[in-house]
Amino acid sequence: MGRTDRQWGGDDFVKILTGNDLGTGDVIWWAGDGWSRQVGDSVDVGERGDELARAEEAALRVVGAYVIDATVTDEGIRPAHIKDRIRALGPTVRPDLTLKPHDADAGNWVI
Amino acid sequence: MYRYDSYDQSIVDARVDEFRDQVQRRLAGHLTEDQFKPLRLMNGLYLQLHAYMLRVAIPYGTLSSRQMRKLGEIARKYDRGYGHFTTRTNIQYNWIKLADAPDILAELATVEMHAIQTSGNCIRNISSDQYAGVAADEVADPRPWAELLRQWSTFHPEFTYLPRKFKICVIASEDDRAAMRLHDIGLKLVKRGDAIGAEVYAGGGMGRTPMVGPQIRDFVPEDEIVSYLEACLRVYNRYGRRDNKFKARIKILVHELGVEEYKRQVEEEFAHMKTLGLNPPREELDRIRPFFAGPAYEHGLPDAIDRGDLAFALWVDRQVAAHRQPGYAIVNISLKPTGGIPGDASADQIDLIADLAEQYSLDELRVTHAQNLVLPHVRKADLHAIWRKLDEAGLAEANLDLITDIIACPGLDYCSLANARSIPLAQKLSERFASPERQKDLGELKLKISGCINACGHHHAGHIGILGVDRKGVENFQLLLGGSGAEDASLGQITGPGFSEDGVVDAIEKVTDIYLAQREQGERFLDTYRRIGMKPFKEAIYG
Repeated sequence: MGRTDRQWGGDDFVKILTGNDLGTGDVIWWAGDGWSRQVGDSVDVGERGDELARAEEAALRVVGAYVIDATVTDEGIRPAHIKDRIRALGPTVRPDLTLKPHDADAGNWVI
Repeated sequence: MYRYDSYDQSIVDARVDEFRDQVQRRLAGHLTEDQFKPLRLMNGLYLQLHAYMLRVAIPYGTLSSRQMRKLGEIARKYDRGYGHFTTRTNIQYNWIKLADAPDILAELATVEMHAIQTSGNCIRNISSDQYAGVAADEVADPRPWAELLRQWSTFHPEFTYLPRKFKICVIASEDDRAAMRLHDIGLKLVKRGDAIGAEVYAGGGMGRTPMVGPQIRDFVPEDEIVSYLEACLRVYNRYGRRDNKFKARIKILVHELGVEEYKRQVEEEFAHMKTLGLNPPREELDRIRPFFAGPAYEHGLPDAIDRGDLAFALWVDRQVAAHRQPGYAIVNISLKPTGGIPGDASADQIDLIADLAEQYSLDELRVTHAQNLVLPHVRKADLHAIWRKLDEAGLAEANLDLITDIIACPGLDYCSLANARSIPLAQKLSERFASPERQKDLGELKLKISGCINACGHHHAGHIGILGVDRKGVENFQLLLGGSGAEDASLGQITGPGFSEDGVVDAIEKVTDIYLAQREQGERFLDTYRRIGMKPFKEAIYG
């Protein structure tokens, strides 16, 4: 996913919002007009993250929402910390259960 | 095996109904997450890295085939086709949906299982020896006492909000296969004349401040074990630190008070307890004990094993242990295939093992703290048939207590507390040391990996231990040598600066090379380390 002006500010270090779907527990990412299971759909929430998190938790759409740092790369957005990259992809030891089950090298993305 | 009476069943069923209502209220928005979180944790439901995780209790690691089959069914129906057996002899499911959790608990209740007290600051699942009831050297089967303690500790109103979680272990052999002295309280049943009682150890544990529990009593008569533990818990509950989560375990209290002062206070409380008549009636232990009486063994069975098949013979030599009943054996099933995930079992594998337990092991199996499974009552004449079926299912690895029999916590691949991934490292190590000849040459070598300081992978107790840490967002691994969770319990010492994932694999190879070069006749790795010390290993690792 390429960077667009709509999504990103002027800095390559951005803030994105993540959490888990209340009902399914799935890892989800704030995509501007709703939640996505693809980290690549994330948008820069700037300083609005905490406010968004409270509102979305109150609306029962997310649990445990929190803001993280991410960087914008040629391949799309990448959480700054390895823990969130693993959340974004899935367990590196079970490629079949990740978001890229057919990419044997997907685990390298988190390292 | 113990079977629920109507009281056991009714409290478990009632808990399911209660939790179902709580989940509905949460999903309807009548409970906030802050209100709901302690309720779901009391039922073993965590929110982990990828999803909700359910931890199901397996009391003292004992299961029937019916219960095991239910665990496989849950893996298939509600999860993603597998479960993870833990170092607390529980099973965890990693992909649970909140709305499904009450149904899962209801299904578990139909086979007398639950997830109660698998989280929270309460008394957790009681652990024991996986060879309980079949070990030749035990003074008694420890499980009746473990079951008595399970009943005593379940919903105990005084101990539901302890300063911190509390883990109890009961063994009855000189050989400690359950890391007894690394529990908050460890009980070792012993005999004094004809009387059975318990040695009591308090204040052991791993985590960020590891301690080997000191003995605080050399004999508590069996009728007084519960009230003695009540006294231990009361002193802890009264004075354990609630101001600092990291100093709240009983080991810190025992350390800060000093063993003698803690003992004195416990004895004082124990004397008071005796006046209250709070020991469970003898009839209750007598009611429980027959459930654990030896099963209906056949007599006159042959002891000879046909070792004509070499691969089978190697498996027998490594995975089969002596049973106290002639003609029978104990089978250890490795959940550590080369390159595999320690402790994981697919639903199909769980089903197979349930079938094997039903057909060949008098309907019973065990879970070990080393994340393996045990068929405790196998006729020696059936060993070959079992081995063939295990082999077809990828479960015939012959590596018990060898370097590839690795304990590993879920680590950063699943756990929200972890700092580093344990499983990929375990996989690399098992591949590096995959050669059966090399493993056999290295002999007993217990390798344990934790992905964070909480030490769920028991790294402090590994002959070789590995601790994953976070170095500015990059995984780093500290190496420890010289730990043991057995009867010669000790804590590993850190070698020095940490390593990358590949670096720690190379370092361990150097460590094993030093052992091979310097060992004396009959020495295990741990023996050589204790004799020659850290220095030669450090020199080899760091140059």
